[in-house]
Amino acid sequence: MAGELVSPTPALRGSARRTAALRLLRRRLIQAVPLMLGVVVINFCLIQMAPGSFLELMTAENQVSDPATVELLRKTYGLEDPVWMQLLKYIWALLHFDFGFSYRQNMPVIQAIWIHLPATILLMVSSITLAVTIGVAAGVVASMKVRTFWDSLVSIAAMFFYAAPSFWLGIMMIVLFSVKLGWLPVGGMMKIGGTGGVLEILHHLILPTLALGLFYAAIYTRVMRSSMLEVAQLDFVRTARAKGLSRNKVTIHHVLRNALLPVVTILGVQMGTVLAGSVVIESVFSWPGVGSLLFDSVSSRNYPVVLGIMVLGSLVVIAANIAVDLVYMWLDPRIEIR
Amino acid sequence: MGGSALPLEITDLRTTLFTRRGEMKAVDGLSLTVGAGETVALVGESGCGKSLSALSIMRLLPDPPARIVGGQVKLNGRDIVPLPEETMLGIRGKEIGMIFQDPLSSLNPVATVEKQIVEVLMTHTELGRGQARVRAHELLELVGMPDAARRLDAYPHQLSGGMCQRVIIAMAIACSPSVLIADEPTTALDVTVQAQVLALLKKLQADAGMAMIFITHDLGVVAETADRVVVMYAGRKVEEASVDELFESPLHPYTVGLIGATPTPGAARAERLADIPGMVPPLNALPQGCAFAPRCKRVMDRCLTEKPNLTVPGAGRLVACFAAEGG
Repeated sequence: MAGELVSPTPALRGSARRTAALRLLRRRLIQAVPLMLGVVVINFCLIQMAPGSFLELMTAENQVSDPATVELLRKTYGLEDPVWMQLLKYIWALLHFDFGFSYRQNMPVIQAIWIHLPATILLMVSSITLAVTIGVAAGVVASMKVRTFWDSLVSIAAMFFYAAPSFWLGIMMIVLFSVKLGWLPVGGMMKIGGTGGVLEILHHLILPTLALGLFYAAIYTRVMRSSMLEVAQLDFVRTARAKGLSRNKVTIHHVLRNALLPVVTILGVQMGTVLAGSVVIESVFSWPGVGSLLFDSVSSRNYPVVLGIMVLGSLVVIAANIAVDLVYMWLDPRIEIR
Repeated sequence: MGGSALPLEITDLRTTLFTRRGEMKAVDGLSLTVGAGETVALVGESGCGKSLSALSIMRLLPDPPARIVGGQVKLNGRDIVPLPEETMLGIRGKEIGMIFQDPLSSLNPVATVEKQIVEVLMTHTELGRGQARVRAHELLELVGMPDAARRLDAYPHQLSGGMCQRVIIAMAIACSPSVLIADEPTTALDVTVQAQVLALLKKLQADAGMAMIFITHDLGVVAETADRVVVMYAGRKVEEASVDELFESPLHPYTVGLIGATPTPGAARAERLADIPGMVPPLNALPQGCAFAPRCKRVMDRCLTEKPNLTVPGAGRLVACFAAEGG
């Protein structure tokens, strides 16, 4: 009785699913090692190819012309070694969490980044949360009211926010909400002389979150809408209706969860671009995050910091992708670890 | 609900597809009755209106483009065609159960078997979640699911096609409906599993006295399950007879063709299987006369200009064919 053989895969649930999740986690962490090595090597080489060295800017800014001092600085920053030696030394240092020294902040690179990291993480998390919430909700509404006024309205809004460059959107929102209406602060993370209370930070967070998040909300809206419409055509939706479930119940319990899968996939892929986008938005809103630090460091050729941000940024993206994989696994029981 | 009312009584059901290429009469005046404990098979080639008839009865037509434009579907004496959608919600899954063709794709891939069965019970009965779970387990045992307790936690992709079909059957009979519609329930299954599922359906039907509409294109399955057979062609009923009479003396040339196209064991191997030449005509380009005329061996002049109506050639039989009437 071919079809009735006991299924080779036992039901994955509870502890079995937890074990599977841990296995996935371990696998992804192992895969991350060569990935990180590649990131370090490529970024290191890219920066070597950039013209000039931070030493030139540093000596010029501080009006150091004494060759002996310059030579001493070269030695201090390890610039007299051949490039491959510098790379090996850098990797070795990284293994000890030593990202080098930032002369501009006069502190270790890791510390400079660490100070700016919470602001960026906050902005990323709030923007992604906004994007997913609005995107999923708007996509569901558009799909349920397909080919009506509401569907068109959602589509036009999505098109607008997809097409509008985020820096422009940010500036326009500053003009409207900060300058004209005076509702929201122009930039920064807290008031001058402010205490940094939760409400104060949230108040400052609104505009940058909108500027960064609405672009992604537009993408998720469009993906969610088409995904909902596609899933609604599938056989099991008809089965659910044949059970006597109402349209809303069918949509929420059967269509929605299946339709979320493509959104989660895209979310994982876009994690890196959200980080990149936050560089622009942080500059527009003087948000004291890693993006501002990166912008500042590139202008001042503060390469150790630039490199450090690249490396840490990759780490954040990899971690976010692992999180997305785990969410995906939770949403779709068919995913087996390959 | 009158005590004498039949579980299902369809009168002159008309379902039309409204498309850009014109209106297509997908179901054109179908009349059909099914008594308690009786199985009526709906037979015909793909596109003859079998499945749309079933979806019309469930009021689950994809609208647009399909809509019921006339006729009655009486369920236990009550016509359900004019009922509002909210009332239909209480009927689907409770008074009419439905089983679908492809069991694997007919179950939600991200919900457990238990969740999908419990959902029907909680929609139509007063059972609490705990009681519904117990009942779901009982239902799985009733449909002969091997190792039922463990399967409750399984997801559809962890089950075979036959097991998925058992889950769907469990959901369809969960609220003891008076009518069960099975739309090609065995087509996607292995032959050995087909036999098991058919035996299961027969047993469940006999135990509960359900009226069953069995849609299939497989005459072998018809012979095994049905009491009466309705043959459909291009949206119309062309012949109706008890299953024995139909196989012994088919009257409509189309039925003759269908039976001739079914392989019989023991027939000489060299003998070529008889096929029906041509194809079902597209519904928006039906001929003026009998829809089967262009493919019919016994076609007469009259067939090309006039649609044959159903006539009664004998007790309990119906046929729509001029040649059968005359000959």
